[in-house]
Amino acid sequence: MLRVENLTKSFGGVAAVSQVSFDVDEGAVHAVIGPNGAGKTTLFNLITGVYAPSSGSIRLRGEEVAGMTPESLARRGVSRTFQNLQVSMNLSAIENVMLGAHLRLNSSLLAAMARWRGLAARDRAARREAADLLAFVGCGAYLGAEAHAMPYGALKRLEIARALAAEPKLLFLDEPAAGLNHTETDEIEALIGELGRRGVTVMLVEHDMKLVMNVSQHIVVLDYGKKLAEGTPDEVRRNPDVIAAYLGAESAGA
Amino acid sequence: MTAGSAPRSTASSRASRWAVARAPTLLFVAALVVLPLILPNVYYFDVAIRIAINATLAIALNLLIGYTGQISLGHAAFFGLGAYGSAILVAEYHWPPGAALLASAALVGALAYVVARVILRLEGHYLAMATLGLGVIASIALSNEVGLTGGPDGMSVPDFSILGLRVVGEKAWYWVFAATLVAAIVLAGNLVDSPAGRALRALHGSQTAARAVGVEASAFKIRVFVLSATVAAVMGSLYAHYVGFVTPGLAGFPKSVELVTMVVVGGMASIWGSVLGAALFSLAPELLARFEGYETIAFGAILVATMIFLPRGIAPSLGARLWRRDS
Repeated sequence: MLRVENLTKSFGGVAAVSQVSFDVDEGAVHAVIGPNGAGKTTLFNLITGVYAPSSGSIRLRGEEVAGMTPESLARRGVSRTFQNLQVSMNLSAIENVMLGAHLRLNSSLLAAMARWRGLAARDRAARREAADLLAFVGCGAYLGAEAHAMPYGALKRLEIARALAAEPKLLFLDEPAAGLNHTETDEIEALIGELGRRGVTVMLVEHDMKLVMNVSQHIVVLDYGKKLAEGTPDEVRRNPDVIAAYLGAESAGA
Repeated sequence: MTAGSAPRSTASSRASRWAVARAPTLLFVAALVVLPLILPNVYYFDVAIRIAINATLAIALNLLIGYTGQISLGHAAFFGLGAYGSAILVAEYHWPPGAALLASAALVGALAYVVARVILRLEGHYLAMATLGLGVIASIALSNEVGLTGGPDGMSVPDFSILGLRVVGEKAWYWVFAATLVAAIVLAGNLVDSPAGRALRALHGSQTAARAVGVEASAFKIRVFVLSATVAAVMGSLYAHYVGFVTPGLAGFPKSVELVTMVVVGGMASIWGSVLGAALFSLAPELLARFEGYETIAFGAILVATMIFLPRGIAPSLGARLWRRDS
């Protein structure tokens, strides 16, 4: 569904991502891992349109999408969450989730002012769907909450609910477990597993190895902006280069 | 409960939900209807009219500043250009006032679109500076185009009439401006509580998140800017006919700042806050007139006190306080 070829992004003279290629199959959970500064988030930002690549190609269902804006990618079924929270704190929890359904609703200013026929009814339906999604991600307790009054762990899940409200074909989760405790991480793990079972194609950046190994079918390992290895969790776990990158070269030989 | 009574109860609950949601607006309309019976003379009508005009302008500006998070320090320019558009088309070219109003609104809307395409790429202080510059240019142009605008002396504007019906005098104009204010309150309320309004508010909260779910950030900012400017132009046209005389001061920087102050003190992202802010700052000059010479200081003191004690603006801060007491 997604094919990344020779993707490169340089900031000044530094190549944050260099000649990275991989494929993402439909309906599976994929993960990108690597030590800090390996270029994982840059890779995400390239694929979701936050940055334009210096060179290389990103094909979504055969269409070249490299350099497109986040809005255009959203229209093509790409949705994402953010490593550093991006929640509209001036909105309520449920409105943040409803925002995810933006492209499926009538967003004309004039129609809104005139209370165009069906606009309010469709918005109420979107509100019900958003309530279901909040419950699905485990935020049912925050149905009537303002976003600014919610704890960090709940906001991380709120972002997932918002991304799901867009009915994405391809969902990017940027460190969904970052800053969460063990219980919360287990809950996120169960949630991602459930998304995979529901047929959402998920691509994940995460530092928590247990979570990554448990939920993903396919893993890409980055180091210093280059692809170091890729394969199933077992293949990656046994790969000497990966062990070397994480634990140092001597451990790999031992 | 029998099955047959269920649909009726949902219909009545929908009606009661509508009544609850609309209660403040309905009360406000009732107050506007009763008000003329209480006002002793035309001077008070004039004050009420000025409040209504400022409130309508502040609501339109709040959509841009309070809800979408984009500053405009030049909004009086659109008000002034709307006023001069009507003045020139009706006085010099003898257009019917209704057509002149629509034409001015369309021209100002088009100008706002062109300007917004360029300046809404800017953010923060740069956007403030660019809109400020726009306002200054507009008032200089109105002062210098003496042949067309009468220059700093201003020009007089004929009465407003539509379909043979002339609107003359404070008591007639009161109903016009009461109607535009109610329309602004209802339409802005509808907008805020809609997918489009949510997108605008989300841009204020997190533009990154909004774009990631497909909100065309620049398109929405341009649309709300044009909407806000067009409302200002329409109010400018009506104001020109009401006062019968326009001067370049209408488009000036002080008027722009006054409008922003109404929005901020009344309450960002609060429609009733804008009404309150407009009422306060339209009444203040009248109430503080006895302190001749010191009213500016009193004015500044109110502003500073609001920012210290009610930083979110009067309406939202007091609303939150009452809400906390209830629960």
